[in-house]
Amino acid sequence: MSEKTAIVLTVNGQDHAVLLDRPSTLLDVLRHQLHLTGTKQGCNYGVCGACTVLIDGKSARACLALAGDCGGRDVVTVEGLADDPVAIALYEALVAAGGVQCGFCTPGISVALTELLRERDGDRPTRDDIRHWLGGNICRCTGYVKIVEAAEWALEMLETHPIAEESA
Amino acid sequence: MTELPPVIGNSVRRRDSADKASGSALYTDDLWRPGMLHAALLTSPHPSARIISIDGSVAAALPGVKAIVTGADLPTRRWGAFVQDETPLAVDVVRYVGEPVAAVVATDAAAARAALALIDVEYEELTPILSIEDAISPEAVLVHPGFAQYGKRGELGAEGPNEVTQQELTEGDVEGAWADCDEIVEGVYEVPSQSHVYLETVSAIAEFDKSGKLTVWSANQSVSKVLSTLTKALDLPMSKIRVITPAVGGGFGGKSGVTVQPLVAHLARITGKPVKLTLTREDDFMMMRRRHPAIVKVKTGAKADGTLVARDLEVIYDGGAYAEDSPAVLGFGLLMGRGPYRIPHCRLRGSVVYTNKLRAGGFRGFGNPQVTFATESQLDELAERLGLDPLELRLKNALDQDELWIGGQRITSCAFKACLEKARDASDWNTRRQAGREARDGKVRGVGIAGVAHICGLMGTAATIRMAEDGTVTLATSAVDLGQGADTALSQICAGALQIGLERVNLTGADSDAAPYNWSTGGSRVTYMVGRAIVKAADEVRQKLIEHAAELFECAAEDLELRPGGNVGLVGVPEKIVSFQDISLRAHYTSGGPILGSGALVYDGEPFDPKEATIRNYPFERIGTYTFGAQIVEIEVDTVTGQIEIINAWSAHDVGKAINPLAVEGQIQGGFAQGAGYALVEELLWDEGQPINPTMMDYKVPGAPDLPMEIHPIIVENPEPSGPFGAKGVGEPPLIGVAPAIANALAHAAGVRLRRIPMIPERVLDALDQRRQE
Repeated sequence: MSEKTAIVLTVNGQDHAVLLDRPSTLLDVLRHQLHLTGTKQGCNYGVCGACTVLIDGKSARACLALAGDCGGRDVVTVEGLADDPVAIALYEALVAAGGVQCGFCTPGISVALTELLRERDGDRPTRDDIRHWLGGNICRCTGYVKIVEAAEWALEMLETHPIAEESA
Repeated sequence: MTELPPVIGNSVRRRDSADKASGSALYTDDLWRPGMLHAALLTSPHPSARIISIDGSVAAALPGVKAIVTGADLPTRRWGAFVQDETPLAVDVVRYVGEPVAAVVATDAAAARAALALIDVEYEELTPILSIEDAISPEAVLVHPGFAQYGKRGELGAEGPNEVTQQELTEGDVEGAWADCDEIVEGVYEVPSQSHVYLETVSAIAEFDKSGKLTVWSANQSVSKVLSTLTKALDLPMSKIRVITPAVGGGFGGKSGVTVQPLVAHLARITGKPVKLTLTREDDFMMMRRRHPAIVKVKTGAKADGTLVARDLEVIYDGGAYAEDSPAVLGFGLLMGRGPYRIPHCRLRGSVVYTNKLRAGGFRGFGNPQVTFATESQLDELAERLGLDPLELRLKNALDQDELWIGGQRITSCAFKACLEKARDASDWNTRRQAGREARDGKVRGVGIAGVAHICGLMGTAATIRMAEDGTVTLATSAVDLGQGADTALSQICAGALQIGLERVNLTGADSDAAPYNWSTGGSRVTYMVGRAIVKAADEVRQKLIEHAAELFECAAEDLELRPGGNVGLVGVPEKIVSFQDISLRAHYTSGGPILGSGALVYDGEPFDPKEATIRNYPFERIGTYTFGAQIVEIEVDTVTGQIEIINAWSAHDVGKAINPLAVEGQIQGGFAQGAGYALVEELLWDEGQPINPTMMDYKVPGAPDLPMEIHPIIVENPEPSGPFGAKGVGEPPLIGVAPAIANALAHAAGVRLRRIPMIPERVLDALDQRRQE
């Protein structure tokens, strides 16, 4: 039986001391120890994207990241985007465009698109950019059309109301 | 009703979307109970074997492990929708790779999984049945030697080895009709196993309280099916069971049967603790359900002018190791064998066979996509022989309202021709069809069409509406929203029927303690069937409201009407109104008691007419209320790589009335995407009975870059007289015609005909090579 290891994870801006008794994925720790269930387990192979989180601002698969490697990194889950103006615009657009069906993939898609829309400075992502950005997020319900439309709507909203974003 | 309430036909926002988008919606695996234990399953490594012994003693000693349970530890009460052939864990024999053999219950899921490797099972391998051909061979060993002794529902007509059921729907004189045909086409078509790949794997939690009442939270499509199976499997009365369905991460038919709930309930009973089981993706791929692969033989004959005369169709579905819904799947397939066309002489026959593979079950389309791939492909082959435009051939033979479906039921509403015409016009079919095979960088373009028909009426359902003191209502139905938006559409129907705002309708979750029976979310039936029950329930509420108002106004009930916004008013006197709130307060505190309404029905469309057709072993007494569609796909084929790319799609569907048009569009686009996967890439594969692609890495489902943005939904509205505000179903049809439309587009683009899907590059290249050699 291996020794237990203590690590400190920074998740959504808060430090959490976590005891690991075996090598655990970030996804397991988020869901089962920190009870942050917005991050979903879809495939556990890094294919479906339902577990997408931001690590140091970049989207990453929580099912492929070892929790032990995430000490000192800035982990943000979908719960951590509750007050994020880009995410809020996205949620609004996803709901209005009909981009949400069963919803199991949606938190991961929200996180992935938040990164894309945040980093748009200058170059506005095209429809094709959005489609290809979503290549790592499988949705089995929508056929993606309304999700891509929602991302475009959110972009428009953010461009029309840029102040909201800066105030955050 | 001449003018519809504004909430009907309105793309109101879904009630659940904001929670889902932000990650706060709770699915079964997100739930937790005090003292909860976790289960993991040991599965069979063999497609067919006898279990000699199972030794769990070492595993049981692992810290954290609370119980090791095998089939021998559970009462052998078998269940099954048509054939009682299922048990929670394998008993004596295993029948497919992935079948659960033993369960470990431990304090956490990782410990339970770690213990699996320590269980020692000794097997004696048996000869497996791995294909339809193996199964029907006269020397075939039997997957279920005890089949004759199992309990069964209805006449299944099983005759040959490994046969689960055999059915027939026949009209006219097929053998005699061939002589009247100027052109006859014959072909054999093969379709694969498609996996549902709902994003949420199957999950269940079971807990007993001290009174012995069992509560089960699980991912499912039918509270009522889970309830009726648990009562058999656990020998508990339904009064001692509560079934709750939290948010469900997609189903598509894969969660329509009962899955792990009986096992998890047994584990909770054995350990005396709440138990959760969430399948890993690999276990879900290997243990749950799949679309029936099938071999479809079809022969169709027509006059020189394109008038269809006769069809002979024989389909064999591979049902896998357990029968589950297979007889119903075959019944659906045969019902769609003639398609939405006039063909006076039709013989439609089929069977389902057991094999030593994962069981097949319901999957969006329910037997229809298999048959429709064959028949709609063949119509294009026929059109080519006749020198006719394939769309014109379909229009020429298209059924109309008031004509008869095969079996003799009158079609109560039909806009099939309108679907064909609208898809034709939107896609500029004639131009694209004539542009034809322009080559560009080794790529050729083509366009293809398929007609689609389905049903939305079957089985039973009920709804209740109760009015609170403030005049708002609580609607209760146990229909499960799988993501298609039923919760919102059903609330809209309730609000529309009572002419109140949507915010005044509260909906109970799918919870057997709170809501009445609904057969299932399946068969594209929820909007139509549950919607009808809601309209009935609302009518009872309306009558009671009017009775109160008649007493208050001292007038005749006939002089009163509902007014928008929650009022009852005197006809012709705009200012004479009383609010639902005032009436409900009166009902609660002064007279009559709280206002309740209920609506219940079993599908009541016309039955088959035995004078019209020969019908053998058909699994449904009544089924119908037909829906129609036409799907056109434009593709580009890379003649160097064999890759097919979808460029454009138009999908027209006769939905009667779209209660929520945005949700209908979502069904059309999402169904198209699943159909594109079925057509082009998806196939579960086995090697000697071993699944070789049971992960999302190896089993590919279409991603955003694989699909076009141009999936154009076309909503065709032609009210169904019996439907709620004229509505019919749309859940399944958008998947059904995609594969044949693409196969027809491929034939148009490259002159090759694939009678086998998925149309992977290798198959396309082989066909192109063969054509070059000819």
